[in-house]
Amino acid sequence: MLSFSKIKVVFIYIFFIFISLFAFLNLQNENNSVLNKKVNLGLDLQGGSYLLLEIDTEPLIKERIQSKVVPLKKLLNKNNFSYTNFSISSNKISFNFNDKDIKKFEKIFFSEKDNILNSYISKYNNFELDFKLVNDSVEIFFSKFGILNLNNLALSQSIEIVRRRIDDTGTKEPTILQRGDKRILVELPGIKDPERIKNLLGKTAQLNFRLVSDEKSEFGFDELISDKGEKLIVNKRIIFSGENLVDAQPRMDNQTNQPIVSFTLDRLGSQRFGKSTLNNVGKRIAIVLDNQIISAPSIREPITGGSGIISGDFSFQEATDLALLLRSGALPTPIEIVEERTVGPDLGQDSINSGTISLIIGFALVILFMIFKYRIFGLIANFALIANLLMLVGILTILEATLTLPGIAGIILTVGMAVDANVLIFERIKEELKTEKSLIHAFDSGYKRAKITVLDANITTLIAAVILFIFGSGPVKGFAVTLGIGILTTLYSAYFIARHLTSIIILNNKNERINL
Amino acid sequence: MIKQNLNFSSLFKKTGIFSMILFVTSLFLIFYKGLNYGIDFKGGTLIEIRIEDKNINISEIRSSFSKLQLGDVNIKEFGKKRDFLIKVEQKDNKNELIKLVKDNLNKDLQTEINFRRVENVGPKVSQELLESGLIAIALSLSAMLFYIWVRFEWQFSVGSIIALVHDVIITVGIFSLLSFEINLSIIAAVLTIVGYSMNDTVVIYDRIRENLSKYSKMNINEIANLSINETLSRTVITSVTTLLALLSIFILGGEILRGFSFAMILGVIVGTYSSIFVASPLLKYLKVTSKTMDKSEEKILP
Repeated sequence: MLSFSKIKVVFIYIFFIFISLFAFLNLQNENNSVLNKKVNLGLDLQGGSYLLLEIDTEPLIKERIQSKVVPLKKLLNKNNFSYTNFSISSNKISFNFNDKDIKKFEKIFFSEKDNILNSYISKYNNFELDFKLVNDSVEIFFSKFGILNLNNLALSQSIEIVRRRIDDTGTKEPTILQRGDKRILVELPGIKDPERIKNLLGKTAQLNFRLVSDEKSEFGFDELISDKGEKLIVNKRIIFSGENLVDAQPRMDNQTNQPIVSFTLDRLGSQRFGKSTLNNVGKRIAIVLDNQIISAPSIREPITGGSGIISGDFSFQEATDLALLLRSGALPTPIEIVEERTVGPDLGQDSINSGTISLIIGFALVILFMIFKYRIFGLIANFALIANLLMLVGILTILEATLTLPGIAGIILTVGMAVDANVLIFERIKEELKTEKSLIHAFDSGYKRAKITVLDANITTLIAAVILFIFGSGPVKGFAVTLGIGILTTLYSAYFIARHLTSIIILNNKNERINL
Repeated sequence: MIKQNLNFSSLFKKTGIFSMILFVTSLFLIFYKGLNYGIDFKGGTLIEIRIEDKNINISEIRSSFSKLQLGDVNIKEFGKKRDFLIKVEQKDNKNELIKLVKDNLNKDLQTEINFRRVENVGPKVSQELLESGLIAIALSLSAMLFYIWVRFEWQFSVGSIIALVHDVIITVGIFSLLSFEINLSIIAAVLTIVGYSMNDTVVIYDRIRENLSKYSKMNINEIANLSINETLSRTVITSVTTLLALLSIFILGGEILRGFSFAMILGVIVGTYSSIFVASPLLKYLKVTSKTMDKSEEKILP
């Protein structure tokens, strides 16, 4: 055990130096084009904002169920089915139906060809809609897979739009990731006040232009309160919506000197806008955003150029944000911010400072204690400890891991616990020395016997770290990473580096008594 | 430095009773007094502000909040630099709350306010965080149980798990007694305590296993006593270095790490105690004898 072959020794140190060199990459200020690896600082250290968003699919399902009414009625009428008590609720359509026809209905309902009502989702090998019989009535609702499909589409679309909105604000290096099946994680490093972004993400931004009527028409209408406080009857028919916009920009109105948003429409949108304004000169048009009227100007003349303006009582910032929302498109579902954590840059810096100081002091205390307790072997344990730290930081750099404040605590804890391996070994050697006369043998069997214990003891901590990594969130994950990697580097430094250094000392002092 | 012939086994009865009392008291505290969950697990809003203006005092901040009628608001001052920690308990998750509070404070205090930290956790998320924290602790205990069962005999596995549960319950009991705030980092601390305590127990168990086959004439308590003594200086040294590192974090690591390091310090002390005074004496009651090891001699080598 004590004799190391030369190749082994060379390999041990080359590997150590190779890993450790990465640790020094963190010292470079400028971006290195060859090796641009660094430990990333977590939001709790560099400052920034963490947001967890959750999509709410209920309104979407309601809307989709409503959109099934027309094709369903068409299908029922075409096949001469008779039905009564047709009703729609938030997640199902139900109607009374003749039992005799149910077999035929089922066949049509689940036909894969030319099905105008129920589309087949090939990804899940299932239909989006399902039905069941409750007493004499048929209930039609979205199947498990239909809901899953809607949910997944809405989530991926939402991520895309969230990204567009955040990119548009000029935030540097945002992280936008899917979390689970309903959530989006957003990390905004360096953002001190996320209120503007929260505000932008909180709006679905469904814009549409609709005519204001004088009377309640039978085609459907909404009663909305205008910006000036008057109650307006707004036609349900949409002239054009946000989807038809190709661009939107904030401007200053030359005449009123008020901020406005000017927009450009695509071909379909401009045709419809032109036709509507041509036929309804003198009437008012309601500009509705998320079911609220921004403004309801009168149509003075037909607008056929495919562009227009939205005026309202905006500040310039509000006009800028509205234009941004319109450019990025509407979210398919409302989004709720279910978790928010923001750390200001000066608290981050304070955390870095106090983390570093406690690391240095903790490290110094442990080093002094080990020298006091073990003298020359304490020095070896300390060298192993330094090697351990360098390798730990080196590996974090290679992985480009994120260092958080609990992560720094993990490093300090590693410092405290890492000496354990060497202490176990040294204490074992001490015991062996009581019965064994030969120094070399005592060291040899000390290392051998302590090995099992060292492994068992470290694996238990590794288990805790792995579980923490799987279940922990955010900064706590950073703790699990440093603790876990710390155990691996501890084993390496104790069993290769410290053991080799010990062997050198033993072999050079074969005949003297060694003071442990 | 350390005498290695202390008679631990003579204390086993007394410490057993002591541990039982602590354990039952802790359970009682946890169930009747409950735990002081932070916003991570209860939901709500936490705001840390720094106001350098010396004319502003805590009562002005209080009165600014009382106008908003947010229900339970807890404000405390800490640190040298006039930092204030504000906790708003609010059941429904309102995204506008933070903006409302910020605007209101700016308007009322008329001074520069540095918002250093703002956290808002909705009720759904806090429930999930609590659940996953508890699952993580349960899972780590089972993983340890399994590992020790594979590496040792089942008696050791049961003994070490009882010791671990003892540690976790007593540590959490002390949190309850002190109304210590439980947040995400405390879960991390508890898991690390589980790892540390297990580590400590394994070292003594390893030695007990070795001595069981070496001295077949001794009874288990004698063997436990011998093994504890043989590993005592390692136990002390490792606890000391770990505690040195933790103390350094506790004193110098700042407000955010203070709870975490305090929990760890507590855990290291309880964990070290339990390896000697809970895990080892239990082996007698689990009927471990030198015969237990006979059939598994080969297991000792990895």
